[in-house]
Amino acid sequence: MNTNQTLSLTVNGVEYTREVPARMNLVDFLRNELHLTGSHVGCEHGVCGACTVLVDGLSVRGCLMFALQAQDCHVTTIEGLADKDGALSPLQAAFHDQHGLQCGFCTPGMLMTLQELLNEGITPTEDELRERLSGNLCRCTGYEGIVKAALQVLQSQSNAESAP
Amino acid sequence: MEEALRLLNETEEACVLAGGQSLVPLMNFRLAAPKNLIDLNLIPELNHMAQVGQNIHIGAMTRQRSLEYSPLIREHLPVLQSALIQVGHRQTRNRGTIGGSLCHLDPSAELVAICALTDAVMHSLSLQGRRQIPASDWAIGLMTNALQPGEILEYIAIPIDAPSHGHAYIEYARRHGDFAIVAVGTRLWLDHNERIAKASIVLSGISAGPVRLKNAEVALIGATGSQSTWQAAAELAQQTPAMQDEQITAEYRQHLARVLSYRSLESAHQMALRTKRASA
Repeated sequence: MNTNQTLSLTVNGVEYTREVPARMNLVDFLRNELHLTGSHVGCEHGVCGACTVLVDGLSVRGCLMFALQAQDCHVTTIEGLADKDGALSPLQAAFHDQHGLQCGFCTPGMLMTLQELLNEGITPTEDELRERLSGNLCRCTGYEGIVKAALQVLQSQSNAESAP
Repeated sequence: MEEALRLLNETEEACVLAGGQSLVPLMNFRLAAPKNLIDLNLIPELNHMAQVGQNIHIGAMTRQRSLEYSPLIREHLPVLQSALIQVGHRQTRNRGTIGGSLCHLDPSAELVAICALTDAVMHSLSLQGRRQIPASDWAIGLMTNALQPGEILEYIAIPIDAPSHGHAYIEYARRHGDFAIVAVGTRLWLDHNERIAKASIVLSGISAGPVRLKNAEVALIGATGSQSTWQAAAELAQQTPAMQDEQITAEYRQHLARVLSYRSLESAHQMALRTKRASA
């Protein structure tokens, strides 16, 4: 399990090839090998959601997948959300507007979970949104600012679609 | 598939890896430390879903998310989807598989309970050949399934009866997405007089494997569906022998079995009446 194997994958549009131990989790690979430290490691057993990243567009726990399992996959992390010039993505800007974070530890996972929902193009009800966020724990905000921020973006998306 | 079976036979301390949503947390905690993992994720023949005669065949590596959104499952096994949305969270369902849940065999696992509720049959494969294991024989102990060394779960066959008229899967968990303490799944079929023609009820979280409430299922036949009907069934549920651990007493599990059975039957019955009347 500690023998290295070759891993090739794309992270935030950049192709990487690395020698990786079979036992290494995806989130540890992103943080320690690629130095993309935006994805956080919280509980390491799939409960807190701080390590959530998108693999081929689907949200996954970065701590419950081995890096080698991402062979040939497209991974998106929190570092891939903002524009190259640093302009915040709509979700990031909404978190800023609505005080959707306090300490910020859960924020990368929250944003990746919401980005998957945004990419699906559906407008959830508040209950559906809270259900979707149930796999991401926040110990600071009480979730109100996070829910407001998410609804702001998801609803403006549906307004934009219904505009003539 | 052949390569995986061969590796499983030849490799020292090898463990099969499905979606990783149960095994990897155990490995992260160092509660499990297999020397070798055989990853089934790259075996396409384990990822499928189709109607075959009077059964739905589901490949062991079919993702929970695929089942959640499958029109085939919605049409023939809606109770499976009711249970699935209570399995973990979106992120774990994106990776988690039906076969992984079945083999890990948590006492409260929703998919294990649904297989017991629907009389599913597990089909396993080894270098010696194929074997069928009925859901009632699947759990042989706490978190111990009936697979032999060298065997891999290949697919699950779930019979499609005449579609049930009403179903419910109700669980009690401390937090949304956690494993339930106790859960109750129910399917009801009504006759033309709106009396219960057939019922199936499963309890999970009460012992190592799911428990079918056969005595209540028989007692319900011919009943009209009233508070006293549900109460009688719920009392039978409460009499089920329950396990006990350092956090939850057997009595509390039995209490939950009674309360949740009542709710599950009532909810399934209300749905059954709506379905029946809509189709009349």
